[in-house]
Amino acid sequence: MDKNSSLKLGYTNRSNLKMNFLEVLLQDIGEYILLMKRVIAKPKNKAYFRKQLVDEINVLCINSLLIISVISIFMGAVITIQTNLQIENPLLPTWTIGFVVRQSVVLEFAPTIVSIFLAGKIGSHIASEIGTMKVTEQVDALETMGINSASHLILPKIIASSMVNPLLIIISIFLGLLGGWGACEFLGTIPSSQYIEGIRSWFESRDIYYALVKAFVFAFLISSISGFWGYKTTGGALEVGKTSTKAVVSSSFMILLFDLIITEIFFG
Amino acid sequence: MIKIENLYKYFDGREILHDISCEFESGKTNLIIGQSGSGKTVLMKCLIGLYEAEKGNILYDNRNFIKMAKKDRQILQQEMGVLFQGGALFDSMSVKENVLFPLIMLSNLNESERNDRAEFCLERVNLQDSQHLYPSQISGGMKKRVAIARSIALNPKYLFCDEPNSGLDPKTSLIIDELIYELTHEYQMTTIINTHDMNSVMAIGETVSFIHEGKLWWKGSKNEILNTDNDELNSFVYASKFAQHLKRK
Ligand SMILES: Nc1ncnc2c1ncn2[C@@H]1O[C@H](COP(=O)(O)OP(=O)(O)O)[C@@H](O)[C@H]1O
Ligand SMILES: [Mg+2]
Repeated sequence: MDKNSSLKLGYTNRSNLKMNFLEVLLQDIGEYILLMKRVIAKPKNKAYFRKQLVDEINVLCINSLLIISVISIFMGAVITIQTNLQIENPLLPTWTIGFVVRQSVVLEFAPTIVSIFLAGKIGSHIASEIGTMKVTEQVDALETMGINSASHLILPKIIASSMVNPLLIIISIFLGLLGGWGACEFLGTIPSSQYIEGIRSWFESRDIYYALVKAFVFAFLISSISGFWGYKTTGGALEVGKTSTKAVVSSSFMILLFDLIITEIFFG
Repeated sequence: MIKIENLYKYFDGREILHDISCEFESGKTNLIIGQSGSGKTVLMKCLIGLYEAEKGNILYDNRNFIKMAKKDRQILQQEMGVLFQGGALFDSMSVKENVLFPLIMLSNLNESERNDRAEFCLERVNLQDSQHLYPSQISGGMKKRVAIARSIALNPKYLFCDEPNSGLDPKTSLIIDELIYELTHEYQMTTIINTHDMNSVMAIGETVSFIHEGKLWWKGSKNEILNTDNDELNSFVYASKFAQHLKRK
């Protein structure tokens, strides 16, 4: 079997080949790149593709809105309380607390933590949906209709999540800062006027670009990596569970790795 | 007509299909029988392009599927209807959407023509009343019928059925077999059916090919099958106590 067709069927037998961790990793990366080459293709039917896109935006993103809002508000409040506890220094003006909170939320907490949360929520969803289609021959059915199943199944998910994740992150930033304000207003952490002065100080638009670039890249990583694991599933229900775990673990790991890379590019 | 010439298929160096040469006739139900694990599914998946055979040729009315460019293959695949073993219905779509799907993706029909065609196909398999149900809400026999409706939506020239009555009771099996038989004759399709069910063989086996351990062991008609002196085939045919009982008579 040539490389391409083995990938197409998601079939690689490693049982009789003793491979070490590095070889497995390199093979997975190679297969991932080959799959992405197949994913990036012109949709067969544009109207149907648009419908898929709308569905995916609903399933992958809008359904996460409520939980992300709740997480963001609590996160902002906790960061504010913690920052105030850690920087109790009479030499620093109180409003610096607000500034530190804003930087933490914009730079790391909203884009990275929310994306890791999404890796768990939508990553497992994508991998198990595609994995189930794989083991029940639905993917085969698509292929025998002459449809590029990889592109048909994975591309709408990648585009939908890469488009909407930056939006979710903006909302998360806003609600995180609101949560911090809530801590000041209702728990009296610091005077809210000082907090507001702080979150308005020394604003640099580069920070927002940085957050948005991360949101976009992380969404791409989550959807493509989870799609890859789903597409690689063979066997039955047990394997579907295993690959969706792999999807969550590997996309969370890649998010942290790319966090480092993007930070180096922007600030290094 | 589908012609297979000297087909070989390996998985990890293990030979699954050995030198298969065979012809399947148009307008007939061509059965491939054999024990579980004999290679029926692999053979069918080679025919429809899901697996690559290592050696040999597959000719669809003299068009060589093996030597074709990918694009031409996809065009030829649109002349094929496939009925997978588990039905392979799209879970996220209703019965009607399943039948509409190939029409939306692959035909040039407009919306009302597509609708008519889908309804016609569903009526043909007697499911006009279940259009709005989802695969999880219907029985095994109904799933098979939806899958049949979907596979004939584009008027295929070639129909492939992998164990169409696995998991069904004898009576429902008979209904599915007869449906496939009728459709084959109605549309003059070249139909290939994988089965290990002797009932299907006796009911609709116009040509029968027996596969054993990846080799084509025997080929003939359903009438010849009962009086063959081929030992492997005999042990397959008379495996059930019921058949042994009949034979003794
Ligand atoms: N994807 C695969 N990889 C490796 N071996 C396979 C694969 N598919 C089938 N086989 C092997 O090929 C043989 C024939 O299988 P199959 O065609 O499914 O039998 P059946 O006649 O029951 O349909 C079996 O021994 C099976 O283990
Ligand atoms: Mg089989």
